[in-house]
Amino acid sequence: MATSSSNSPALLEIAEVSKSFGPVAVLRSVSLQVTKGEVVTIIGPSGSGKTTLLRCVNFLESYDSGSIRIDGKEVGYRDSGTRQRRSERDLAAMRAETGMVFQSFNLFPHLTAAGNIMLGLTKVRGKSNAEARSIAEHWLGRVGLAHKADSLPAELSGGQQQRVGIARAVAMEPKILLLDEITSALDPELVGEVLAVVKSLAEDGMTMVMVTHEMAFARDASSRIVFMADGGVSAVGPPKEVLAAETTNERLRTFLARFRASHF
Amino acid sequence: MLSQILYALPFLAEGFALTLWVSLLVVVLSLIAGVLLGVGLVYGPAPVRWSVRIFSDTIRGIPILVLMFFVYYGLPAVGLHLQSFWAAVLALTLFKTAQVVEYVRGAVASIPKGQSEAAMAIGLTFRQRLTSVIFPQAFRRFLPPWINGVTDAVKGSALVSLLGITDLMQAINQVIGRTYEAMPLYILGALIYFAVNYALSYASRRLERRFAFIRD
Repeated sequence: MATSSSNSPALLEIAEVSKSFGPVAVLRSVSLQVTKGEVVTIIGPSGSGKTTLLRCVNFLESYDSGSIRIDGKEVGYRDSGTRQRRSERDLAAMRAETGMVFQSFNLFPHLTAAGNIMLGLTKVRGKSNAEARSIAEHWLGRVGLAHKADSLPAELSGGQQQRVGIARAVAMEPKILLLDEITSALDPELVGEVLAVVKSLAEDGMTMVMVTHEMAFARDASSRIVFMADGGVSAVGPPKEVLAAETTNERLRTFLARFRASHF
Repeated sequence: MLSQILYALPFLAEGFALTLWVSLLVVVLSLIAGVLLGVGLVYGPAPVRWSVRIFSDTIRGIPILVLMFFVYYGLPAVGLHLQSFWAAVLALTLFKTAQVVEYVRGAVASIPKGQSEAAMAIGLTFRQRLTSVIFPQAFRRFLPPWINGVTDAVKGSALVSLLGITDLMQAINQVIGRTYEAMPLYILGALIYFAVNYALSYASRRLERRFAFIRD
């Protein structure tokens, strides 16, 4: 597993990002750097801003101040520093550089499993149908669903749908994969098959930022863990350090204790 | 009696053709206008949204007959003289457009936000998201109320007879005026309207089944 190396340049650079929903500050000057090949897991109590932060990275949410750069390029705003939003076309092109997997899968119900994967490949990457189809089949094979290529989402189990969701995201060859509580909507017995896919992607060197409540998985699969509380980064480091029971971080200790009490 | 009706059939057929022509014009024009305005209502900038909202609420609050008389008898006061045929078509189209706007809004609003977000996340532009993700799904929700509206348009087209246009309804009335055979002719008229609308409902059920890709 790749570990964070401080001397290689950051692929994802989040610098002092703040955001408020009305009077409620959801992100308070969050900074985080992710290096190529890293798997960074964000944990924290609900309402701590984890999901909002993730959604800022592909600009599904805008932010009030600070900057988010991927490969040195500002994500949602023109580089001029005027905080002028990118054009629709520009934004779409930037978003194609990141992949996202959603808690509620969000597969396109009118398209087959293969069709879901092919849509971005044909419309955004400009591939021919035949080429897109073979890429879709490759990735469906990779997530163990080669035989489901022509099934509609409604004909698949939750775990299968989520694996298609992952295939749809990675088939676009994104620089970073964002995973937003991707197992939270699944029955417990289906969680394993989805996490196995994530793990194999990590082993292939896919850069990932994920929000999850699966602590055991976070501990095993992450290069670093970020603990967020009240919209800020409260602790960050290798899993062993952050998840250590004897941490001196009061909030983190409370969170972990509560977590252990309810999950183990 | 039968011979009188048979004698009148070509005349009734002409009226029927006009009924179909008016209905077709109204349905097609209102579909185009309604979809454009409906999309404006959901995605447009604030002034567009308000304008469409006011248009739709106003039109839907006026009886269709009032609307028709207003267009035919009222608009000449501001210098707009329309032939009775086009006045009728315009009034019915305005009325139907306001309905289509609401069907479109309802259909698009029923698509979960996650669909747009998933489409954004793979890098589709606004237009691609609409054409590849939102519209194909919204179409399925749009179809049943819209087909209902189409049968309403066919039935409602009988109102044009009140502007002296010889549609099926007016043709029937004229034949009755000559023959005094009210009962058989109204039954015949009812059967023709029913046959058209039954065919439309049947076609719509076929269509709905074809587009039923979600189990819910």
